[in-house]
Amino acid sequence: MLANTLKDKHSCFHCGEPCITDVVVNEKHFCCTGCSQVFLLLNENNLCTYYDLDKTPGLTAKGKFVSERFAYLDDVSVIDKLVSFRSDEQVNILFRLPQMHCASCIYLLENLHKINEAVIKSQVHFEKKELFVSYNPSGISLRKLVELLAFIGYEPAISLEDDAAITKNKFNKGRVIELGVAGFCFSNIMMLSFPEYFSGGDIEPGLKQTFTWVIFALSLPVIFFSARSIFISAWKGLRQGIVNIDAPIALASVITFGRSYYEIISGTGAGYLDSGAGIIFFMLIGRWFQSKTYDALSFDRQYKSYFPLGVTVLKNSKEENIPVTKLKVGDTIVVRNEEMIPADAVLLEGKANIDYSFVTGEHKPVEKKLNDVLFAGGKQMGGRIQLLVQKEPSQSYITQLWNNDIFTSETSSLKHSKESFIHPWSRYFTIVLFSIAAITGIYWSINAPEKTWYAVTAVLIVACPCSLLLSATFSFGSMQRIFGKNKLYLKNASVIESLAAIKQIVFDKTGTLTQRLAFKPGFVGTALNAEEEMQVYGATTQSSHILSKAISNSLLVNEKAATSYFKEFSGQGIDAVVNNTDIKIGSLAFLGQSESNENTMATSRVHVQINNQYKGYYEIPGNYRKGLHAMTHQLGHNGYGLHLLSGDNNAEEANMRSIFGKDATILFNQSPEQKLNYIKNCKESSGKVLMIGDGLNDAGALMQANCGIAVSDDAGRFSPACDAIIDGSMIPEMPKLLAYAKWGKKIVLAGFILSILYNFVGLSFAVQGKLSPLVAAILMPLSSISIVSLAGLLSGIVARRIGLSTKTDESHVFI
Amino acid sequence: MSALFILIGISMVLAGSFLIAFIWSVIKGQYDDDYTPSVRMLFDDKKESSTTKTN
Repeated sequence: MLANTLKDKHSCFHCGEPCITDVVVNEKHFCCTGCSQVFLLLNENNLCTYYDLDKTPGLTAKGKFVSERFAYLDDVSVIDKLVSFRSDEQVNILFRLPQMHCASCIYLLENLHKINEAVIKSQVHFEKKELFVSYNPSGISLRKLVELLAFIGYEPAISLEDDAAITKNKFNKGRVIELGVAGFCFSNIMMLSFPEYFSGGDIEPGLKQTFTWVIFALSLPVIFFSARSIFISAWKGLRQGIVNIDAPIALASVITFGRSYYEIISGTGAGYLDSGAGIIFFMLIGRWFQSKTYDALSFDRQYKSYFPLGVTVLKNSKEENIPVTKLKVGDTIVVRNEEMIPADAVLLEGKANIDYSFVTGEHKPVEKKLNDVLFAGGKQMGGRIQLLVQKEPSQSYITQLWNNDIFTSETSSLKHSKESFIHPWSRYFTIVLFSIAAITGIYWSINAPEKTWYAVTAVLIVACPCSLLLSATFSFGSMQRIFGKNKLYLKNASVIESLAAIKQIVFDKTGTLTQRLAFKPGFVGTALNAEEEMQVYGATTQSSHILSKAISNSLLVNEKAATSYFKEFSGQGIDAVVNNTDIKIGSLAFLGQSESNENTMATSRVHVQINNQYKGYYEIPGNYRKGLHAMTHQLGHNGYGLHLLSGDNNAEEANMRSIFGKDATILFNQSPEQKLNYIKNCKESSGKVLMIGDGLNDAGALMQANCGIAVSDDAGRFSPACDAIIDGSMIPEMPKLLAYAKWGKKIVLAGFILSILYNFVGLSFAVQGKLSPLVAAILMPLSSISIVSLAGLLSGIVARRIGLSTKTDESHVFI
Repeated sequence: MSALFILIGISMVLAGSFLIAFIWSVIKGQYDDDYTPSVRMLFDDKKESSTTKTN
């Protein structure tokens, strides 16, 4: 009897979503007028290639477009802050468009000039998800341009913070050039050293001299240009009284190059410039490898990125748009439907229905009365309200969280470097090395004083801690790459060490264990006509139950339904009279039919009965992620302590208990501060803590934890400051990911043992005063190359054994 | 053997010019984006010539 009407529906030509209200234009089906209008715009401008390149490439336009939101972009001070160049004829600006996801996006965005002639040029940087636009300000304003982008589905992520991206880019270019120069010089030095190695010193003296001096010349850019960052960093460390990881490398290079220059100038030998250039080249490669981060993701987001940039202020009963930074105490502001409250304020006028899910995780909107205080971060659901600002945005309740010490940049950058397990090792290594050098020196100064200098410097050259560092940088670097392929994006490679040391795991509920986007109910049964849909809408809008909200949100009804009678039976259903029709919505038992326990965690069914006639049911996909049970079981089995902190009320306690088991700590109604303090205490009492959460309410906890992972379901939007970003679908894979991180230490150790073996051989030659340039030239590059390949090989093998993917995912969601 | 001196000179000049070309291309930003250009070259403006529109 029940026909699945979902299958009969078309999917939107533009965005691919099922068409609940079918809009047909040019014989093509659209899910809403928004999508069809985007199509018409593209069609009118001959840009329909957009749809040929990729199937349903569009981004759903449903109700996203509120023009007034961008009114602050008319403000000259805002424009000056955003644009990179401005004259009367041309304005250049760089947008970040996190929605960019396929070749069609590139096509459409680079053809903006066909939609609006005032656009002179638009160019996409796909991997950074950036769009460079230059336009003629007399033809289109910045606001109109942003509105156009928002209209076609690419709303720019605008931040008024100073843009560090451009300087960062230049810095990377410098690094690449340093690396290129070092590589060029190293390979040429190696080539010119071959005659020396293989002739056994039996070369024509003139030729030998030439080779030596060419090598000499080639080594100068290496030590004075490419290696300068190593020296600068070592010197900075020493001035603060810290022997950092660069100090031994700097010392080794000074000794290697110093002794080589001495030998060449005095004419006593050929030196070790090949080894010296090799050390620096491999160190720079390692660093470049490790510094590879995900450009498109933002790991250091401040609360300001969440807040609206513009706000409507009432001045002399006239509405005016100003940037939020200019908002003062005592201003009267207007907040419309779906807009966020930028500062703590008192309600003056209108019906406030505030959704604080952003702050607390609790989805149920709170109704506020006149003269109530509304806190910043809440979202108005409903009509337009007027507010009197009580505190400046930077002083508001939610932003106070950021005044906590943990958000100062110093502590956050030290968070990982302090714990690195390589540092103590390198200290021992340096101590042992210096003792060997000292013993060698003492031995030779007694037995053969003329050999002392030669042997001591040889010891220091052959056994620099570089191989140890190389092992760590390359292992962690390739592990970071594999994590990325499994959709866990690490801020930097040192996060792997933090992950490996984790003892306790704290989860957030909303958005982490549950999916935000899952609420897409489908109706199964006799299809409802428009009138009946309106009746269902009228009944469900009255209820604040999460399933009712899901249903009423899915129905696009514009007219007001007249609900004359409404009664909600908690946990059972709704009985209502809408437009003089009796309607019952709820469980089967509530409708007087046979009881069956069909509500599982995977799906919920809500049955509909109109005028005592059974119509069918809405199937609402469960919002819990799949595989949570197996995940918590595995994590518990692996010895991790599990915790759940939720900002929600305890309605889901039974479900959470069944997922997490008896031993886990489960706390509800947690404010952001409580979460932060819980993590702090947990760190002190039971070891290193991993926090997995999303949203602003977890930002403090993510920062406070030894490692904070932000969960994101759509392309890098709205992730708070964190150490790593994980794609929501990978949450059930956490046990594997953590196990892999634990392997990291072993992989580094394997490389380290290999390098110790090399060092052992090298040192045994060096202490005897017999280290010839040939031995050094063979041992050092060989050890570097074999460590690098061992690290790459091992990290791949381990990943496959654990069951992680080592292949690139096809969808370019993030990168 | 004196031919070697000339050869060393030539090889240095040749290799040096490649290095300069590399540095120039890095500064010019040729390595900034290694994905978009590969997609961009596939777009053709087939429909543009037939109807020209003004907004």
